[in-house]
Amino acid sequence: MIYKLTLYITGRTYSSECAAENLRRILEKECPGAYEITIVDVVERPEEAETHRVLATPTLIKESPPPVRRIVGDMSDTCKVLLGLGLNSANAKEVNQR
Amino acid sequence: MSAKSAAINSSSPNGSVKKLATTIPGFDLICEGGLPEHRTTLISGTAGSAKTVFAAQFLAEGIVNENQSGVFVTFEESPDDIRRNMLGFGWDIAEWEKQNRWCFVDASSQPNVDTVVSGKYDLGALLARIEHAVRKVNGCRVAIDSLGAIFSQLPDHSVVRSELFRTATALRQMNVTALLTAERTQEYGDIARYGVEEFVADNVVILRNTLEEEKRRRTVEVLKFRGTAHQKGEYPFTVIPGKGVVVLPLSAIELKQKSSDLRVTSGNEDLDRMCGGGFFRDSIILVSGATGTGKTLITAEFIAGAARRGERCLLFAFEESREQLFRNARGWGHDFGKMENDGYLRVICEYPEVLGLEDHLIRIKQYIEEFKPDRVAVDSLSALERVSTEKGFREFVIGVTSHIKHQEITGLFTATAPSLLGGSSVTESHISTITDSIILLRYIETLGEIRRGVTVLKMRGSAHEKKIREVMIDGDGMHIGVPFRDVSGILSGSPTHVSSSELERIGGLFADDDPKK
Repeated sequence: MIYKLTLYITGRTYSSECAAENLRRILEKECPGAYEITIVDVVERPEEAETHRVLATPTLIKESPPPVRRIVGDMSDTCKVLLGLGLNSANAKEVNQR
Repeated sequence: MSAKSAAINSSSPNGSVKKLATTIPGFDLICEGGLPEHRTTLISGTAGSAKTVFAAQFLAEGIVNENQSGVFVTFEESPDDIRRNMLGFGWDIAEWEKQNRWCFVDASSQPNVDTVVSGKYDLGALLARIEHAVRKVNGCRVAIDSLGAIFSQLPDHSVVRSELFRTATALRQMNVTALLTAERTQEYGDIARYGVEEFVADNVVILRNTLEEEKRRRTVEVLKFRGTAHQKGEYPFTVIPGKGVVVLPLSAIELKQKSSDLRVTSGNEDLDRMCGGGFFRDSIILVSGATGTGKTLITAEFIAGAARRGERCLLFAFEESREQLFRNARGWGHDFGKMENDGYLRVICEYPEVLGLEDHLIRIKQYIEEFKPDRVAVDSLSALERVSTEKGFREFVIGVTSHIKHQEITGLFTATAPSLLGGSSVTESHISTITDSIILLRYIETLGEIRRGVTVLKMRGSAHEKKIREVMIDGDGMHIGVPFRDVSGILSGSPTHVSSSELERIGGLFADDDPKK
């Protein structure tokens, strides 16, 4: 199962870079090699943001596997990111094993 | 001044704030020109106060009248809903979108998509989309509807507030005139929910939709325009199909009607004589009396008098149906049907209840514009009292009379007195100072008989007869007879018979000055 993700950011701001970095770190740990991230800068490509009706940045849209989910923010709350990606079960197991 | 503050401060070189004419009917008059140009104005109102219509109309009028394209940012309704809802006002948004004159930024909520918040965020994407849309259509106007909805979409209100402030600042730098709508929970209270007025505090307009005496009344008020003048207080407005918001800037009407010495006939020679030679052409005449005293008859004579001279008359009948009215007129020897066919008359019969008073006013103005009459008759004005509050009615009367006077046409209104004998009506008290002439019709009970009397109470700018004369009605219409000499107390509604000896005695009191004696 491949995670198809699009991350919408505004330029090279601190929160944009934070979001990209946090996301990569989480995905490498949870599902290494099984994800594709497309990064869209809404300042350069506002029509993309319009098509997908993105309001806040950073916004991560998980297109597959379904259901489509959005995660808004700099991805600093790992728990919430996992919840949004549907990876919380694995995480929960980890917690249980401890 | 630094470059940044120069960009924010968009006032013109001489320091005054320029205005952008919205061309929303009547609104620019109370704004004294329009909305402050290149600035953001907050439109606040409760649910159902026509905020979305107002926002859409701001763009639509710009496209239609000023060739200015616009961007509509929607947080609440979907673009499809807006396109559909606004079609009824004659605004083909889909067509404008094709022509690149209207652009939506769809920020309405997506209930089927789960959103999780993880860490800090801003509204950079929204701003980028607005900027993109403004560039795309070369937009001049931006409408954002409505701010409350974005607060419910995103959980962190302080972030949303500061981001909206950033957006408002960016809008100024884009040189667009923007309009933001916001909700309020009470008609009289805080300006808006979530304290949004704090970041767009420069200009605030409030739309109200209040319930007074079981009747809905819409008003618009310009609360403040920073650095520029505007009319103060609430002004009624209405939302009508095919037009949208129409503001009635009644109190902003100026008293600058022309007046002429030209006389026109009342349609009845005797009445003309009592008025000192007929009505003035651009005057307002009020005919007041109880039911059945002959108000509609005077109206019919007025219309027939116009037709005889080749003048056109517009009649608004709010009390009788067309058939009834035509039959009664035939009974007095006036053929309304023929007059209509000849183009001298147009009769509009309507129940007062079919519309609100503001809508009636707009309809009346429309009919006058279409028919271009020399005379307008309203029978009766008091029937319209039922559908409005007292304040609303007063504004309506002022609106109608001033419009008629501006057109230089003769207006004849009837008012029904509530009691059979004497008395005055609300209509009279509101209208009497505005009218130029007042004709009073009264029942007079003398010696076990009901008779009708007529007197000219007021005739601005002319002498008139002061006597109360008897009115007789037959198949040829109205006939005015001799004065009532032996009855007093007619006006007060308690006529008493005065014996002839008493008359002589009263006459004798002034005998010394009478040269004939």
